[in-house]
Amino acid sequence: MTATLEVEDLSVRINSRRGALPAVQGVSFEVQRGQAFGLVGESGSGKSITLKALLGLLPPEAAISGGHVRLDGEDLVTASQRRLRQIRGPEMSMVFQEPMSALNPVMRVGDQIAEGPRLHLGLGRSGAAARAVELMRKVGIPDPERRFRSYPHQFSGGMRQRVMIAIALSCNPRVVLCDEPTTALDVTIQDQILRLLTALCAESGTSLVFVTHDLPVIAQVCQTVAVMYAGRILERGPVSEIFREPRHPYTLGLLRSAPNFEENRSGLVPIAGSPPSLRSLPGGCPFHPRCPFATEDCSTAATELRVVAADRVTACIHDDRALHAQLLQPVIS
Amino acid sequence: MTDRAAATEPILTARAVSVSFDTGGTLADRFRRRERVLRAVDGVDLDLRRGEALALVGESGSGKSTFAKAAAGLIPPSGGEFAFEGRTLGARRDRSDTRRIQMVFQDPYSSLNPRMTVGQMLRELLKFHSVVPADQVAAEAARLIVAVGLTEDALHAYPRQFSGGQRQRVAIARALALRPDVLIADEPVSALDVSVQATILNLLDELRARMNLTLLFIAHNLAVVHHLCDRVAVMYLGRIVEVAPTGELFTSPRHPYTRGLLDAIPRLTDTRTGMAPALEGDPPSPLALPSGCRFRTRCPMAAPVCARVDPQLRTSPDARLPGQSFEHAVACHFAFGERPDEERPSPVEQRNAEPAPVERPSRR
Ligand SMILES: Nc1ncnc2c1ncn2[C@@H]1O[C@H](COP(=O)(O)OP(=O)(O)OP(=O)(O)O)[C@@H](O)[C@H]1O
Ligand SMILES: Nc1ncnc2c1ncn2[C@@H]1O[C@H](COP(=O)(O)OP(=O)(O)OP(=O)(O)O)[C@@H](O)[C@H]1O
Ligand code: SF4
Ligand code: SF4
Ligand SMILES: [Mg+2]
Ligand SMILES: [Mg+2]
Repeated sequence: MTATLEVEDLSVRINSRRGALPAVQGVSFEVQRGQAFGLVGESGSGKSITLKALLGLLPPEAAISGGHVRLDGEDLVTASQRRLRQIRGPEMSMVFQEPMSALNPVMRVGDQIAEGPRLHLGLGRSGAAARAVELMRKVGIPDPERRFRSYPHQFSGGMRQRVMIAIALSCNPRVVLCDEPTTALDVTIQDQILRLLTALCAESGTSLVFVTHDLPVIAQVCQTVAVMYAGRILERGPVSEIFREPRHPYTLGLLRSAPNFEENRSGLVPIAGSPPSLRSLPGGCPFHPRCPFATEDCSTAATELRVVAADRVTACIHDDRALHAQLLQPVIS
Repeated sequence: MTDRAAATEPILTARAVSVSFDTGGTLADRFRRRERVLRAVDGVDLDLRRGEALALVGESGSGKSTFAKAAAGLIPPSGGEFAFEGRTLGARRDRSDTRRIQMVFQDPYSSLNPRMTVGQMLRELLKFHSVVPADQVAAEAARLIVAVGLTEDALHAYPRQFSGGQRQRVAIARALALRPDVLIADEPVSALDVSVQATILNLLDELRARMNLTLLFIAHNLAVVHHLCDRVAVMYLGRIVEVAPTGELFTSPRHPYTRGLLDAIPRLTDTRTGMAPALEGDPPSPLALPSGCRFRTRCPMAAPVCARVDPQLRTSPDARLPGQSFEHAVACHFAFGERPDEERPSPVEQRNAEPAPVERPSRR
């Protein structure tokens, strides 16, 4: 069976005044029909740029510099702008990270949701409006008939985020790219949205790519997860295995820096140091300046992903050290 | 840790603060005389104590950002008032009050000037408010940007050149630049990965210890709230329904909404989607509030009295209840173990001589 979405060796460059920056380098993953794929990683690691590249929505200074994006076999990297416009919405859609920058401030929210169904599903004015109201209800906006006529600034942060989700789902796409779709939602509404998305996967066979910093949210929705750092994937595999037993020191660091309800307020342990600047990426393993397990080999080591178990890959040459550290202190006790 | 939790002196006080928006409505709405005014915040009393971190959590759309903006002086309350160090704040705040109460917005994209580099923006602000001597302005800007975990490179970039989380840190640096006494932070870490989030939380903790910074912290991530805050206030539809010291709120929540909220927290190890949802039903429209208790349409404990009487925030009549202190206030008729007795009027009702119209809760 071929995957619904197949990303192969994708690279993106951003042109700046001081040269081209490698924002995404050789990213590969697959999402099967009805499955959800999670993408996590530090702020600035290239998650949003990757999603925008899939849909051909990169800012003007950025461009795909290599690789393939296949939607049911069709290569989107070489597709025409015209074809991409047909795809966006009814075939593959996106929930953007910052709703205010993606919504039209002078258009009523209901009309913004109804726009897609009118253009792509051939619905008339009232049919599209009815669909918009139904979607607003599904994403938990109270009193949708009346809130239909509001403008984005009249909505709360979380309500705008739900409008974005309604727009993304409005034309029944095969793939939905979700960039931090629930960060502005309280946990009860988040729960409702996650249920809605998992039901879509199970019932309509929709595939999801899900970017979030909230690792437990990934555990709720996704089957597979990849960890990104400085534009590259460092580890990839089934969620249940990666969160229980990471095989990359960076993943381990991420899991350990999350606040939880057990620790008493003794200060959190962020990963030491800060993410590298894209202008001066370290050679060898990009994580080596911050890695507690680094050896001399790491600054020259190859960074290819290695298969370490069924469906599991890691870029760390000393993944046994990350495993060993967990013998003393498991991630999940 | 200092014993900051023991701080009691209020620095910023909200007295019966309400904020309403005129939603205009359609011609048909006007014709039918339907409610057009949306009461986003409806009579909130809250003390922010010097040096504490108070969390404001609750339903999306319950009025947290609106309350925060009113507290920061960005929208005038339509009822009630704020007091700062005991002084009532007028509708227009002077430069010093503005500097001393700073806010980080939920949506950093729309709150940063797109035509200024981050360095220009910070330097201008530092000069305008004379935070440091003129010859130290550039160094201070660099110090701030490093403190929020970015590199000095960031000073030369425009807001659009950042990732979402980087932009949020720029917004935090801007608010901290003015060395405020009170920082109102609306979802300041929700776009940050856990590692950077830890850096920012540690920075806020340090500022509280070193500069006695007071924090009103709005967040949806309850693990973060649990970690950072001394007290938690829970909002539902424009009202505060529960306030308590953090430990107490998480171990013995007393409002049914708070319990639903805590039950819905996702965990790393199990999936919730197989289980029943923590809260049934949809939140009612803020334009057509239910009579009596606003949570009754979704409350598993609702009784007829809940439709008649609007419960007010009250502390326990008996502080000997387990896990209960006088610091813990709840707006529910049955918060402290009172039986939901169908026949007997509630204690509140007994005090209110005037009988209110009876209405059945529209619960299914
Ligand atoms: N228009 C742009 N011009 C220059 N650099 C950019 C631009 N957009 C993004 N970048 C840079 O590219 C990198 C990746 O950005 P991206 O938005 O993909 O990060 P992200 O992983 O989504 O982070 P976050 O979790 O903070 O949203 C960042 O270092 C960012 O500064
Ligand atoms: N300018 C406005 N005009 C009309 N209604 C508004 C306006 N701003 C906010 N509202 C309404 O007020 C209510 C409270 O909004 P607010 O932004 O304070 O919620 P919130 O608690 O911050 O939610 P979230 O967690 O989703 O950010 C919402 O119903 C919203 O639609
Ligand atoms: S390759 Fe070396 S530096 Fe990189 S993560 Fe593994 S041990 Fe650390
Ligand atoms: S007052 Fe009644 S409806 Fe409201 S929270 Fe308490 S039990 Fe539920
Ligand atoms: Mg992003
Ligand atoms: Mg808000």
